[in-house]
Parts: sequence; C-alpha cells; structure tokens
Amino acid sequence: MNEFSSAIGAALSMIVTFDAAIVEIVLLSLRVSLSAVAIASVVALPLGALIALQHFPGRRAVVILLNALMGLPPVVVGLMVYLLLSRAGPLGPMGLLFTPTAMVIAQSIIVLPIIAALSRQTIADLHEEYDEHLRSLGCTPIQSVATLLWDGRFRLLTAIMAGFGRAIAEVGAVIIVGGNIQHATRVMTTTIALETSKGNLALALGLGLILVTLALGVNATALVISDAARQRYG
Amino acid sequence: MPPDRPDEHPLLPLVARGLTFGINGRRIIKDVSFWIGSSGRTVILGPNGAGKSVMLRLCHGLLEPTGGEIRWGELSVSQAREQQAMASQHPVLLRRTVKGNLLHVLSVKGVARSERPALVDAALERAGLAGLGARAARTLSGGQQQRLAIARALVLRPKVLLLDEPTTNLDPAAVRGVEELIGVIGAAGTKILMTTHDIAQARRLAADVMFLNDGRLLEHAPAAEFFAAPKDPVAAGFLAGELPG
Repeated sequence: MNEFSSAIGAALSMIVTFDAAIVEIVLLSLRVSLSAVAIASVVALPLGALIALQHFPGRRAVVILLNALMGLPPVVVGLMVYLLLSRAGPLGPMGLLFTPTAMVIAQSIIVLPIIAALSRQTIADLHEEYDEHLRSLGCTPIQSVATLLWDGRFRLLTAIMAGFGRAIAEVGAVIIVGGNIQHATRVMTTTIALETSKGNLALALGLGLILVTLALGVNATALVISDAARQRYG
Repeated sequence: MPPDRPDEHPLLPLVARGLTFGINGRRIIKDVSFWIGSSGRTVILGPNGAGKSVMLRLCHGLLEPTGGEIRWGELSVSQAREQQAMASQHPVLLRRTVKGNLLHVLSVKGVARSERPALVDAALERAGLAGLGARAARTLSGGQQQRLAIARALVLRPKVLLLDEPTTNLDPAAVRGVEELIGVIGAAGTKILMTTHDIAQARRLAADVMFLNDGRLLEHAPAAEFFAAPKDPVAAGFLAGELPG
C-alpha cells in the first residue's frame, strides 16, 4: 500500500511538473490519434452520408457490416496492418512499420467504421424527417446533403469524438505496428502496458491518470455539446 | 365544377384526370377528376383518412400517381412545383434559428445574398414573427411554428401555396393567427389549395370546396352552394355531423 501511495505521489508530481518523458508521450498520442480521426472523418462522413441517402442493392448488408465493424478488435487490425507493412508485405518497401505513420494507419482503420456508422444513422434519421421539405423546395442532391450535414453537425461532432475516444484508448494495434520504441512510437497506452510490467508504477499511473482524464473529458464534452445543441435548436 | 374562364394565373387551371394512387395494394385515391380555374381559396374537405393529404402531395408532385394525370395550366407537376410552396400539419423546421430557416430557402433558390435580409424581414413581419428572428425555430409555440412554416413557404412569392391541415393541434387563438395569414396571402393573389377536416374552417376560408371521402371526390362546388345544399348524401351527412360509414 505504501508503495502504491508513493507511486501516486510520484505520478502527480510528474504531471504537475510537466515531466519531459510524459509530455513527449502524451503529445505523440494526441498527434497519432488526432491524425487518425481526421483522416478517418474525411472518408467516413461522406461515406456515411452516401450510405444513408443512396439506394443501391445490398445497402442493408452494408449497413449491418458497417455496424459490425464498429467492434473490430484492434489487435486484429494491428496484425493486418503489420502484415501489409512488414518487409515481406505488399507495402513493405515504404518502410513504414514501427513509425507513427503506421500507427495512424491502424487507428484510422479502427475508427473509420465507428464514425461512418454513427454519421450514417444521424443523417438517415434527419433525412427521414427533412425529405419531404427538401423535395418540396426542389433541392439538388448536393444542397440536400449540405443541409443535412449542417443540421446534424453537433451529432456528427459527437460521432467524431466517439472515434477519438476509441483511438486514444486503444493499445492492441499501436503496440503491434508501432513497436513501442522509446522516443519514437511510445504512446500512453503502450507505455502503461510496458512500465506496469517493468514495475515502474509512477510513470504508468501518471499516464493512466492523463488518459482517463482525456477519455472522460472527451465523452463529457460530447454530451455537453449535444445537450446544448438540443436545447438551443430542438 | 363547371369550367368557367380561368383567372389570369400561370398555373391555372389545375386539371386532374382519372387520378389514382395506391400503395402496398391499398388504393388511397380512386379515379378522381377535377378542374380548378379560379384563383380563390380551394379547400379539400373530408374526414380523416379520406386521402386529402395524399391528394395534396400528388398535386405538389411529392407522390407519383399510379394512374391518371395532373396538369397545372400548361405545365407538368414537376415544372409547376418550382412556383409552388407547401406547408404541412407538422411543419418540418430546420434545426436553426427562425431567420436561419428563411435564409436556407433563399440560399437553396439562389437568391442573391444582398437581397436576402430584406426578404427575411418582410416575411417575418407578414407572419407576425418580427423580433423572433434569432430564436431557435423549434422552440417556438405551435402557432408560431406554423406561421413560420407558412412564412418560409411564402418568402419566394410562390404562385400557389399548398397547405395540409395547417391548424390541426393548434389552440383557437393560434388558429385565428394562421387563418388571418392565409386570408392575407389569398387576397394578394396566391392560389391556395388546402386540406382540412374542420367544417367550420372550410366555411370561413373556402371559395370552393372539394369533398373527398374514402379516396373519391364526391362533390366539388362553390362554397356557398356546397354549404347551403350539398348534393352528395355523404357530404350532407358529414356537414350534419354524422360519422361517415
């Protein structure tokens, strides 16, 4: 118990003094996960809108698949990306394995179905409500999509934040494709896993506290935003 | 209604021939034909489930008829829609401010940015919503929401305004507000085609009445004639307060 409380004390002092090791790791985590979410959003938002608005054969199957992919195990994604990027893999010559880029690729794949599925649901619900009005106005497809995206902006932001929450907390994929290399690919989750097994509880706990704060903070912010939007715009 | 000389209105006469509409094997509109030449307010009256809303949506081109055809003057339904606007029982207001809802329509229709504020202010004034421009549309009262929906429909000065049960679920004061707005719009030369199941409202607003029951047009007559002496026995029963069988 004594060891535990001294570890907490050490962890807190590392946080308040902006310990260089912690800052480096937190910044890399944010860089990787924010990039992954940004890249995934660029693909996932239009994809979600497309699936919500276009009728095509097999749409129902695509929707089911997309929702199922939200539960994609990060470890398996890590393995697939590892195989793609390893020396013998199809993208091996690019030399991306064990770089932050590899981690961004893996997290983008994990997050993409989450943002796409949630935004599809948001846009489909709004479309059902707005469809008659938009057709009465004679909106072009692009005008319709723009209207739906704008009116769904707060719920879409929530979808993006859900994706970020998943990416920042994920360990299985980044540890495989990043390799957890000090000063190169070490992020919060992989550091916690490593330092805990080494018995360095202070660093692990310090990062754990920051990670929990970030994850809870993102979720709380998403809730506050969507609540405020509902009160403001109905 | 006997064909008279159509008023000077680009979308009149509205003519339907052998109109039918069905969905999932159920026929909702059954072989309806009519001719509307006057630019006065036409009310489609009938009990709930008569097919009034479907008829209005067929006229506006939101639904495709399964049989028959509709012409607005020289124009097809889809051509005519550009000069029409519709507001329905449950107005679909965007998740924006009151002004935002009006601006959206103007932007969709490509009205120049510099002209928009004046049009918005005029529309708000006419609908009695001046001062509420910055409120979120969906936080307005029911009557205000319906007036906003109508104001939004009118902001582009359509030649025809279609209203689907515009005062259902509103309290009497709000009904009066909406009806006054409809009166002003009609007087300004906009053709109004509206549905209602409310006999008193039809009496107050209609120039001519189309009585619809179970998907069939049973009578179409000038309002004075219809209310004084309905020729159709079902219509007479409806006016007398009998429930249609």
